[in-house]
Parts: sequence; C-alpha cells; structure tokens
Amino acid sequence: MTETLTIERTKEKREVTGRKPVRHRKRAKRPVWEEPPTAAGQTAKGLTLGMVVAVVLVPLWIIVVTSLSTQAAVNRAGGLVIWPTDVTFEAYRVMLGDSTVRNALLVSLGITAVGTAVSMAVSILCAYGLSRSGSVAHRFILVLLILTMFVSGGLIPTFLVVTELGGYGQWWALILPSAVSVFNILVLRAFYSDTSVDLIEAARIDGAGDWRILWSIVLPTSRAVTAVVALFYGVGYWNSFFNVMLYMPTDSEKWPLQYVLLTYVNRGNGLPGSVNAGFGTQFSQTAPLSLQMAVVVLTIVPLLVVYPFMQKHFRVGVLTGAVKG
Amino acid sequence: MSTVDTEPPARKSGRLSLRVRLRRDRSLLLMTVPAVALLLVFNYVPLFGLLTAFQDYNPLVGVWNSEWVGFDQFEYLFNDSLFWGSLGNTLYLSFVQLVLFFPIPIALALLLNSVLSERLRNLIQSIAYLPHFFSWVLAITIFQQMFGGAGLLNQFLRSNDISTWDIMTNPDTFVLLVTSQAIWKEAGWSIIVFLAALAAINTDLYESSAVDGAGRWRRLWHITLPGMAGVIMLMLVLRLGNALTVGFEQFLIQREAVGHEAADVLDTFAFYYGIATNNYSYGAAAGLFKSVISLLLIWGANKLAHAFGEDGLYRK
Repeated sequence: MTETLTIERTKEKREVTGRKPVRHRKRAKRPVWEEPPTAAGQTAKGLTLGMVVAVVLVPLWIIVVTSLSTQAAVNRAGGLVIWPTDVTFEAYRVMLGDSTVRNALLVSLGITAVGTAVSMAVSILCAYGLSRSGSVAHRFILVLLILTMFVSGGLIPTFLVVTELGGYGQWWALILPSAVSVFNILVLRAFYSDTSVDLIEAARIDGAGDWRILWSIVLPTSRAVTAVVALFYGVGYWNSFFNVMLYMPTDSEKWPLQYVLLTYVNRGNGLPGSVNAGFGTQFSQTAPLSLQMAVVVLTIVPLLVVYPFMQKHFRVGVLTGAVKG
Repeated sequence: MSTVDTEPPARKSGRLSLRVRLRRDRSLLLMTVPAVALLLVFNYVPLFGLLTAFQDYNPLVGVWNSEWVGFDQFEYLFNDSLFWGSLGNTLYLSFVQLVLFFPIPIALALLLNSVLSERLRNLIQSIAYLPHFFSWVLAITIFQQMFGGAGLLNQFLRSNDISTWDIMTNPDTFVLLVTSQAIWKEAGWSIIVFLAALAAINTDLYESSAVDGAGRWRRLWHITLPGMAGVIMLMLVLRLGNALTVGFEQFLIQREAVGHEAADVLDTFAFYYGIATNNYSYGAAAGLFKSVISLLLIWGANKLAHAFGEDGLYRK
C-alpha cells in the first residue's frame, strides 16, 4: 500500500522562530528559464480551476442559503434559493425542536466521539508497538495486519460473526467491527519509526519504559499525524450509515444523522418519531424545503468546524514512500 | 523531513535469547494486543465464515451444524441472470470509471502544480479535497438537489418552459451519473498522490532542458510524465485490481430510484440476495467469487506492471 499523504512533524523550530517551517518547492516567482505564459493558456487554466472550486462551493452555498430562507422566499424562487433575501433561522429552530433529529444528532456525536477515541487508542498503541525495529515478533504482527487489506471475509461472514456475538441492535456493532484501520496504523507507524532514536535512547537510559516514551516523547512530536488520523477515523464514524442499516434498521431511536438525512431528505419520507412526538406535519412528506436543507447543513457543520484546522496538515511535499512491511 | 519507511537502527538482539527479548519487549507486545484481537475477531474469524458458501447456512443452528452442500450455491449463482447482470454492471462501470475518472486527477495535479502562488494553490487544494470527507448520503443528496426532479436544474428548466430532465431516476444514463458523482466526490482527493509525485521531480531537469531549448510541451512529455509514471502505474494497478469494487453505499442508496437492473453491482448483489433475503450462503458464495477473482486481478495487474518495468504494488 502506498501512503502519499505527507504530514509534517511538529517542529521544535516552529516555536523558536515563530515562523512556519520552510516548505518544499516554494516557488514564489516564475523561474527565469520558463517562457512567459500565453493569455489563452492562463485563461483556460483559470477557468478550469475556477470550475473545480465552483462545483464544490456553489451547491453548498445554495443549500445553506435555502436553509436560511423563509417559505415565501422558497416559493418565489420555485424551490432552491440562490441569493438570500429574507434570512431566518426558523428552519433550524423547528429542526432542533424535533426529538428525532435531536436524538440522531446525539447518537452521531456519541458514536463519533466514542468510536474515534477507541480507534485512536487502539491504533496509537499498536503503531508504537510495531515501530521499534528489532522487537520480538513485530514483523509477524505487521504481516498479520497487512494481509487483512487484501483478503477479507466480505460482507456476509462479517455480518454473521457480529450477529453470532450478539451484536444485532447493539451500539458496539457500529464501532468495534470497523474500529481498526490498518492503513491508519501504517501511517502512524511510519511516523513513529521516524522519531529521533537518540531522543528515545536517552529517555531509556534515564529509565523511561516504552509507555512513558510513547506518552512523553513520541506523541508530543507527532501531533499533526495524530490529528489527521483522528480526522480520518472521526469522518468515518460520522459518515457511517450502512452498518446502521445492517445492525439496527428498525430502531429509529438509534438512528444517526446520516440515516435521518437519507430517510427524510433523500427518500422524502416522514420521520417516524416526529409524527408521534407532536410536531404534526412539520416533518412529514411535504415539509418545507428550508427544513430539509437545514438537516443537510447539520450533517456538514461538524466537518466544516474541524476541517480548517486539519487541512493545513495535508502538506504535500515529499512522497511518503511505500509503507510496506 | 520525510516519513519514508526508514527503519531506525535495530535493537541489538543478535545474541539475546528469546526469553530475554520477550521480557524486554513485553510492553510493546502488550500494546499491539487490542488491535490484533479486534482484527482476529472481525477480519480473520469471518474468513472461516466463508465456509458458509459451501453450506446451506441456517442461522438457527450456526456454521458448525449447517448442512454441507458442496458447490450447489455456486451452481445456482452461475445460473442466475441477476448475478450475471450485477457482474456485467460492475465491469462496465469499472471500465467507464477507468476511462472518464482516471485521467482527471492527473490533469488537475498538473494544472494545480503550475499555479505559482502557494497560498492560492493551498486554497484550491483544500476546497477540492472537501467532498472526499462527505458521506455518500450527503453527496447523493446534493446531486439530487441540483439535478433531481425538484432540483435546481429542473427548477430552471421549468421556469423557462423547457421540458424537464430527470437525471437521477434514469436507468439508461445511470452509469454516467454515478461516474460523475464519483468524480465530484473523489477526484479532488486523488490529486494528492500525483502532486506528491510531481513535487519529487528534480527541478534542475526542467531548467537544463529549457536551456537546451525544450519547450513547455516537450518538458511535459520528456520530464514530467516519466517522473509520474511510477505513481500512475501504481494507481492503475490498484484500479485494475479493484475492478470488481465500484462502490457500495452509492448504489445501495440510489437503487430505489433507478431500479435494480441498472444499480445492482456485485457488492449490493451479495447484500440484497444474501442478507436481505436471509439467504446467507448464497450471498457468501457471491462474496467468495468476488474475493477470488479480485485476488487474481491484483496478481495479474502486478504482473502487468512488472512487465512494463514498474514496481506496482509489490516488488518482484
């Protein structure tokens, strides 16, 4: 498996100089030997890149604007609203007042928090345990891990194992079967292997054991990779919906937000709890478009809150190389 | 700095007995226990569950007591037109994605790499990566809002008295729809690999060839593309090896709208005709078929890469 995402190690230098570390291939100016760009070329380039940005941002903009619109504005536009006229948070008020959505939000946040914590703990320990070369059996365990990337029992045998362990309808069925990502462990391990050996040896001479070294030396110098792997895990849990369909399809109390989004917005069905909960037709089939879009926004917001802090770690400079056993 | 897989100097373990080494490394071993245990239970035990493909699995009596039926399930499978339909859809989709999707991230990486301002480049990158972190439910909902029956496009057509065009429920154009969804969601993220390859090319090469009179396009052909060849080949090998995996949730979610004939692929086949109908052995047989063919494909694609003098997934 090739891992190409390069994540910069938290640098001591950064704190000392207070400046960002010099990045690879910084090119502020066009090199003298390069011919000046043609006008047509520049225009085509600008248009293409502008389009890439637009296809991502324009739909998001329209969805946010519609969620903030009044019913009158939606009617006037004949559907989605492109430009905000009268902004209202009514849709959000109704949405957060609905017990099914509130419940789903809590479920999603809970699964994401617990799942990410479990995955990170297990992965960090395993990655460090395999990162000290020359340790007993680390090659064997590594092969054991990597094999799972190529051979798997597939959907049905996994489902049978989980149900035979009594996982049907249980919370752990949404977390444990997918708690370990070998790929993420390899990313962490590549980083930990790279931690200064001198530093570790010095700590060892001072009497620090492996637990202490992991906690006090390896983790603090690997904050960026920890953050990125946590993002990968967190997004995985936040986005998961199929395992809900598999293990608790009928129990709407345990639906996460993605499942509400599918049922209510995508399929256009009413939400089961809402009708009974006394919100009348608010969440039935003919619900206002703004309310539907508010549900969409609710599933994106946590990502948009975290993303700006994470994306700066996706530094692409050096090929990480093949993370092979 | 680089995170290339460089091993730090090994612990000196040449003359130590296994017992001493076990004692010394017991914390390290202990640390791997949770992950290994989870993988054993949820990845290795299910491998034995594949035995159900040769049984008539009965959930009430479990794997050990179900009746063995040999290759009966496979016989049914190979006589099932729905199975061949799913396999056909899968291969067709794979081919279309290879032709339409695969070149896009390469082209975008080249384009992005030529942007001089680093801040602008980082900004575009961040935005292009974003949809990768969306769920399929969300991605498809966004597509529905843009192109569905009540979506933005038809809203515009209707207000201009042009007949509407429902892309989301049309089985004939479904291949193009799912491919464009895949491009929208994943093409941006796929750039990363190629950008990394581009960054690894020695810039002196460009300078000396420019001095020698090579133009923009000749430099692209003789320096840039050869410099990316290894990564392109690797991605191609992965794509070919995964030819039977075209996505799962994407099809599951849209099956209702376009019908099973267009939307069934091998993975959803195993779900709908295995789990959803309690016909576990049948689904497991379909899954096993897919796994075996996929392993052969990975092996074959790697051979191909070696034949072209590239490393592929693993070295010779």
